[in-house]
Amino acid sequence: MINTHDILETINMIREENLDIRTITMGISLLDCADGDIEKSCRKVYDKICFKAQNLVKTGENIEKEYGIPIINKRISVTPIAMVSAASNGDPLKYAKALDKAAKEVGVNFLGGYSALVQKGFASGDERLIRSIPEALASTDRICSSVNIGSTKTGINMDAVALMGKIVKESAQLTKDKGLVGPSKLVVFCNAPDDNPFMAGAFHGAGEPECVINVGVSGPGVVRAALSKIPDADITEVADTVKKTAFKITRVGQLVASVASQRLNVPFGIVDLSLAPTPAVGDSVAHILEEMGLEKCGACGTTACLALLNDAVKKGGVMASSHVGGLSGAFIPVSEDAGMIDAARSGSLLIEKLEAMTAVCSVGLDMIAIPGDTPAEVISGIIADEAAIGMINSKTTAVRVIPAIGKKDGEEIEFGGLFGVSPIMKVSTASPAKFINRGGRIPAPIQSLKN
Amino acid sequence: MRAILTVVGRDTVGILAKVSTLCSECNINVIEVSQSILQDMFCMIMLVDVSKSNVEFTRFAAKCDELGKQLGLSVNAMHEDIFNSMHRI
Repeated sequence: MINTHDILETINMIREENLDIRTITMGISLLDCADGDIEKSCRKVYDKICFKAQNLVKTGENIEKEYGIPIINKRISVTPIAMVSAASNGDPLKYAKALDKAAKEVGVNFLGGYSALVQKGFASGDERLIRSIPEALASTDRICSSVNIGSTKTGINMDAVALMGKIVKESAQLTKDKGLVGPSKLVVFCNAPDDNPFMAGAFHGAGEPECVINVGVSGPGVVRAALSKIPDADITEVADTVKKTAFKITRVGQLVASVASQRLNVPFGIVDLSLAPTPAVGDSVAHILEEMGLEKCGACGTTACLALLNDAVKKGGVMASSHVGGLSGAFIPVSEDAGMIDAARSGSLLIEKLEAMTAVCSVGLDMIAIPGDTPAEVISGIIADEAAIGMINSKTTAVRVIPAIGKKDGEEIEFGGLFGVSPIMKVSTASPAKFINRGGRIPAPIQSLKN
Repeated sequence: MRAILTVVGRDTVGILAKVSTLCSECNINVIEVSQSILQDMFCMIMLVDVSKSNVEFTRFAAKCDELGKQLGLSVNAMHEDIFNSMHRI
């Protein structure tokens, strides 16, 4: 039998330290649902999702009960809808409605993939889909949207960057009376992964199989608790402890992924080794950084601590799972992390520091509220800066900023639930309009002479 | 399927008896028991076989929880695979 200490450690991780499986996400290819007749195509989309995912939620719940490990979300990601809608060239909103209906029918809380991949340019249907995003997010409940506007191999599509600034703003305008849910379900990516199980940026990439199960683990509380037991250790030991803890967390993810894949008779895709915070006490990535020795997240040294954390999580997790993918690393969504919220309120965490942090962690500027009067060009500037970091460093970066309509910096907005609370952060008001409105593409970067 | 049942808390008379009575009521076979004092806490770990149980595992886990509340202890039942996957390579 396993020794007492190990058994109690596991129980403690789940009961006290918020270890959970953040999401089981079923990826479904909709490529075969394309049709010249849009009504027919939407029907195929609805039917296919309802058929493939009919047992997803129930299976997830059963595993949760049987193994005693909480599985917070059961979700679906689909082929970027721009690819499916291209065949009919009809109104993409019809797909949004069909997807929303299917998501409700099978009982998942979010469905991602109202997306377009335009890193090199707009294909037929892409621009139409992007322009429909604000309306789609405002008129549905469970749809998430993402747009990939750049990659290391292609460079950055600045026409798309300019457009996305306007779309984010419009999305906020349209949902200003609904708690700004629009922009909180919209992610602008550079180097978007095809197999990411986390919302709002999940979609089922074109090279993915017909149907697949991806699992996202979490557990910032577990890592923080492990570090709190070694308050005076040197950094080598800190990194080692994070690595070992990430290994244990990921093993649980791997177990759940393989059981789910077996029971649903769907191949196992990947485990996403992410530390995803929630606003709950003890579930914060910022608190891990503070446990390492920072007075507050955002202090000088934050980027170094985050780099160590991100790398150690990957090193520990890779050994624990047969296939790793998705975003894999530490998430730093401001409004969803109690420590980040505190740091932003106290003024120690600024948007510029967050931007630096995104160069070494897994995603980007995530769930950051900005003043409601921020011009679309400034939002495009934020997107361009983030995409540049991702493009040059061959990593995924993303922007999910929330223009808080009618509010200024220093105020706060409350999203509720997992989305949390966010202090509105100050953004430089100098205009990048001339640069953004030039259009064109930033060429793909050189991959040698790395200095 | 095998499960691990843990009992942690202040030591009192009859803990083992009450927990094993619950197992026997549910037709759950106790395979192995270990007992120790860890950080001043009484700690008992049982490896049990639930394959012939007359209640669903989730119901059994809920009963363990209830018993724990009655006794003022933490009684927890979980699938063995969670522990195996986390602590064995």
